[in-house]
Amino acid sequence: MSNDFSIHVEHLTRVEGHGNIEVNVKNGKIEKLQWSVIEAPRFFEAMLRGQQYNELRPITSRICGICSIGHSLASLKATEDALNVKITEQTALLRRLAINGENMQSHILHIGYLAAPDLFGVGSVLPLIASKHKDTVLKIVKLHRLANEMSDIICGRTVHPIRLIVGGFSAIPTKKQLLDLRKRLDESKAITNDLAQVIHSVVDKLPNFIRETEYISLSADDEYAFYDGVINSTDTGKFKDYKNYQTITNEYFVPQSTAKYAKHNRKSYMVGALARFNLNSSQLHSNAKNIAKLFKLKSINYNPFMNTIAQLIEFMHNTEDSISIIDKILDRGLKEEKQIKTKIKASRGVGLVEVPRGLLIHDYTINSKGYCTKANCVIPTNQNHANIQLDMEKIVPEIIDKPPKEIEFTLEMLVRAYDPCISCSTHYLDVKFI
Amino acid sequence: MKQKPRVAVFDFADCEGCELEIADLEEEILDLIEIVDIVSFREVMKEHSDNYDIAIIEGSVMRPMDEKRLRDIRSKAKILVALGACATIGGVNKIRNQWMHDEVLRTVYGEAPIHGNELFNVFKTKALNEVVPVDYYIHGCPIDRDEFKHVITALALGKKPEIPRYPVCVECKKNENICQFELGAYCLGPITRAGCKAICPTHNSPCEGCRGLIKKAETECVWEVLERYNLSYEDIRRRCTMYNYGKEECKVDE
Repeated sequence: MSNDFSIHVEHLTRVEGHGNIEVNVKNGKIEKLQWSVIEAPRFFEAMLRGQQYNELRPITSRICGICSIGHSLASLKATEDALNVKITEQTALLRRLAINGENMQSHILHIGYLAAPDLFGVGSVLPLIASKHKDTVLKIVKLHRLANEMSDIICGRTVHPIRLIVGGFSAIPTKKQLLDLRKRLDESKAITNDLAQVIHSVVDKLPNFIRETEYISLSADDEYAFYDGVINSTDTGKFKDYKNYQTITNEYFVPQSTAKYAKHNRKSYMVGALARFNLNSSQLHSNAKNIAKLFKLKSINYNPFMNTIAQLIEFMHNTEDSISIIDKILDRGLKEEKQIKTKIKASRGVGLVEVPRGLLIHDYTINSKGYCTKANCVIPTNQNHANIQLDMEKIVPEIIDKPPKEIEFTLEMLVRAYDPCISCSTHYLDVKFI
Repeated sequence: MKQKPRVAVFDFADCEGCELEIADLEEEILDLIEIVDIVSFREVMKEHSDNYDIAIIEGSVMRPMDEKRLRDIRSKAKILVALGACATIGGVNKIRNQWMHDEVLRTVYGEAPIHGNELFNVFKTKALNEVVPVDYYIHGCPIDRDEFKHVITALALGKKPEIPRYPVCVECKKNENICQFELGAYCLGPITRAGCKAICPTHNSPCEGCRGLIKKAETECVWEVLERYNLSYEDIRRRCTMYNYGKEECKVDE
């Protein structure tokens, strides 16, 4: 055991964006322990001023490459809320497919390329290709490709979707494309189950760490919420007054970070796959429930490392859900729909969506000429930063007798478990200070 | 056998979508690592080396601390490739350049105690070539995966990669799309560099100019289109500001 040591992880790898971890221990006492976000701020709030209502979607998509479909949908929902645009049932179904596709590609990227190397003790997925795990890597690649191609079919492109527009879609997939996709999704379930078995065989590499916290996500009456729902908390229950979401998210400024932090009922809360699982697991589809059983994951689970497992469960859920959506679309008959005419009026609108990393909120004020005058975005990763910091403060004393390298590795794994999206979190739309 | 070129991937202020496009090459990454060694790629690998031949850089430069890092990378790399609109032309990050940066800071941070904190010390958004010499450009928001493979393969073989100098309209016509202007949209296809396979108009969405504007001589056709469809210059110029704010300062065209 060493009484004095310091850990400085600059530009943490295998996460989206730039973050640092700093630990200073003197005489066995923690003097400094800090998670900080050093990504350059990008000022989207300022940039949206003066933009026309139908340009807010393509611009805010650029907040984040991985979550660009999620940002697009939150943006459209906010704009449509402000302008009172009612979308058709087919549009709502296709958008649900879009969000499923994004959740799947983002989750499998994290599970397979970003998190799995830690479980197998390697620095990246590349060495795994030349190992006995090659078969598993190829399965991950296959699932990732399927999820990406699904987004291509629905949105025209995976990174920065093209077809998502105010009131609907600029183009829609063909019946044949949807039938092909359905077939491939159905076949992929066996591959996902195989992958679940492989991850299960190394799941003991995930630290058994528990810290009680608050979990927040959307919840809906009739489905495991992604596209629609009301804000729900494991501490305080449902909150229906969505335009006053700020009373839940309470964002604040910290000097070590170019990203905002958030808190609600406690000093921090968590959003993302584990939060959704903890609030809505009874609404999962059957195969997804089976994976939860395999890992003995039950709500409420307070181990943040299990977020990766919750993502795996959601991957299966999104697959099953997409199959049933395609059936619905084809049953009602796929048709080209006329673009909905938008009536411009001065108003404010708020859009809420569950994206891979959790609850995403866009909030726009639009003037009588259809131009944005004020905007705010609440980003999932920002809502998690304070929770990451508090997890670190609990876990380091628990493992302080371990070699510094092992402590560093555990902290890196902890941050990766949250699958942080730091580009998103430094979008900087609006900041409140306490 | 000749040693494979050593490639490092770096990112500055951006959405990392272009790096994601590289990851989305899936199995084809395996073909690429046959011809190059990836020695640093923070988004997907823990290993890092400062010994590289080709630096592929995504993102815009926003702060003195970023500028210092970029100069350091330039000093180590034999070839520097700008990846994606944020790096090649500044991209959406330049939208804020229409305001003074201290005004933008005030708008976003209010009275927060950020003075003297280098994390928040921003200047106007710069494309990479406004800080260091850039050897090659992979355009787009996001990049086109085929063009990425084309450029990297050429560089690995010691060749100069060629990219289109004609407008998106050429590729759009090849795809037999109905002209976006015919549909009542403002499209930057006539003045934007091709190479994207006209992906946006092909999905019935106008071109936003993410691959940078081509030389003026080739832009005349757009004025004809404007006249034909009675469009206003202001509207189309304002469209240009999504990716090409202050395009007169943009030195991409060789």
